Amino acid sequence: MAAAAMAAAAMAAPAPVFKSQTIELPADAAGFPDGPNVKAVTQNCLACHSADMVLDQPLLPRATWAAEVTKMRNVYKAPINDADAALIVDYLAATHSPP
Amino acid sequence: MSAPSRRAMLAQAGSMLALASTPGLAATGPEFPFPGGNGARPLAKDFPQKGSMVLQRSRPPLLETPFTDFDSGVFTPNEKFFVRWHWSVIPTEIDPASYRLKVHGQVERELSLSLSDLAGFERIEIAAVNQCSGNSRGFFEPRVAGAQWGNGGMGNARWTGVRLRDVLDKAGVKSGAVAARFSGLDQPAVSEGPWFRKSLNIDRARQPEVIIAYAMNGKPLPMLNGYPIRLVVPGWYSTYWIKTLNDIELLDAPDDNYWMKTAYLIPDTPHADIKPGQAGVTMVPINRMVPRSFITNLGAGAKLKARANATVRGLAMGGDCGVAKVEVSADGGQTWSDAKLGRDEGPYSFRQWTAKIGMPAAGAATLAVRCINTKGEVQPDKANWNPSGFMRNVVERLPVTVI
Ligand code: HEC
Repeated sequence: MAAAAMAAAAMAAPAPVFKSQTIELPADAAGFPDGPNVKAVTQNCLACHSADMVLDQPLLPRATWAAEVTKMRNVYKAPINDADAALIVDYLAATHSPP
Repeated sequence: MSAPSRRAMLAQAGSMLALASTPGLAATGPEFPFPGGNGARPLAKDFPQKGSMVLQRSRPPLLETPFTDFDSGVFTPNEKFFVRWHWSVIPTEIDPASYRLKVHGQVERELSLSLSDLAGFERIEIAAVNQCSGNSRGFFEPRVAGAQWGNGGMGNARWTGVRLRDVLDKAGVKSGAVAARFSGLDQPAVSEGPWFRKSLNIDRARQPEVIIAYAMNGKPLPMLNGYPIRLVVPGWYSTYWIKTLNDIELLDAPDDNYWMKTAYLIPDTPHADIKPGQAGVTMVPINRMVPRSFITNLGAGAKLKARANATVRGLAMGGDCGVAKVEVSADGGQTWSDAKLGRDEGPYSFRQWTAKIGMPAAGAATLAVRCINTKGEVQPDKANWNPSGFMRNVVERLPVTVI
């Protein structure tokens, strides 16, 4: 009782006012840089997120990239065929792996 | 075809990014000192209802608060509050008149609440830190995949809304309910993809501080922070703070959806810390936050006067309880002295602190800060590691130059 009264008394904020809102989101800031098989990457890796999701990752070993591509297919249901998946892993290993 | 050299590709990447000429993107943003590099990020100024933010990902937006903004006060301005979505189909239009929050599953009465229905519940206000589970992931070593946050995947706001418990009571939770599952208006970009949904066990859901918030720092939530309503779970990581909340389902068995059962898991070890490749670890859903503290008025490489007192200021959080003490060090953590705590905004809020700290003779020095919470937990000296890059709370160290 006392606690409820206190909580109510502590309420300085006015009742909420909700207005209709519409926003427009900016276009992707970055695309995939050129490299071997970049076409397979561009065709398969932009459906769900922009390229910076991939480009901002640390340099990852090939096996980690292979696991990421598998995760995109199995967990997030990216419709990518085996041939393209192999090409994409080659691109990521060539452009974004430790020396 | 021979593979082009890495240098050639990086040059190409630079020209494709064309940061300076892209509207809304500043040429220079922070360069986070992540192990192994790749820490440079642009600043974005073209996200609706948002100021200049560190661009971690355009689509769906992943926007980080520039760290210098944390020095402006204990509450993070709405236009500077970090933004994080999982799937790219996010609401860009909200019609408050037709917006409904559905409560269903193991309840006596299904509810479909309008926003004015919600406004009829008792109004509650609470200050609470919202922090991404993976805040600071970029500093993990070895590095792990995921959003490569610096330290700005967090923010503190005064949230206004109604108790989740009051809404649940209106529906009448049946005795068989074990968890409440929350979802919002965001949707998978492919039809088979796992919907982003999160659950709290029923006891957690019924704690009085858990609210459905319709205002943030006295203003409506920005669209990208969940307008018109989001869940606020003080003391727990942001993954549970479902945005554009439109569905609460009471479950009669623990939630086995992907985002609870497979993603957002931490090792059930002290500090969620394991060795890379360590086997036989029990994994559990991430939950409570842990203490952290940061220096906000000085950056790496700041120049400070030798043998004089320097003013150091920053923020601390207790995690799921208050801040008992903040300590600062000018010798990299060998000796500590107490900082002065600012106004107490409640146990789940940031707490500002200030300290005057004696600088050594000229040369390189390392400042450090650590928080001890009201449960007696202190930030660890050694960084934790786990495969998803969660729950970092190592003592922060800041290299400075004493002149
Ligand atoms: C079907 C949708 C979809 C497609 C197509 C897709 N991804 Fe993803 N990806 C996701 C989702 C969802 C996430 C998680 C996003 C988040 O947590 O914010 C993600 C995250 C990532 C991450 C971050 C690490 C992680 O595992 O969360 C990387 C790296 C990544 N994707 C790479 C790729 C690459 C490379 C491709 C092309 C082979 C690709 N993605 C195609 C849905 C997709």
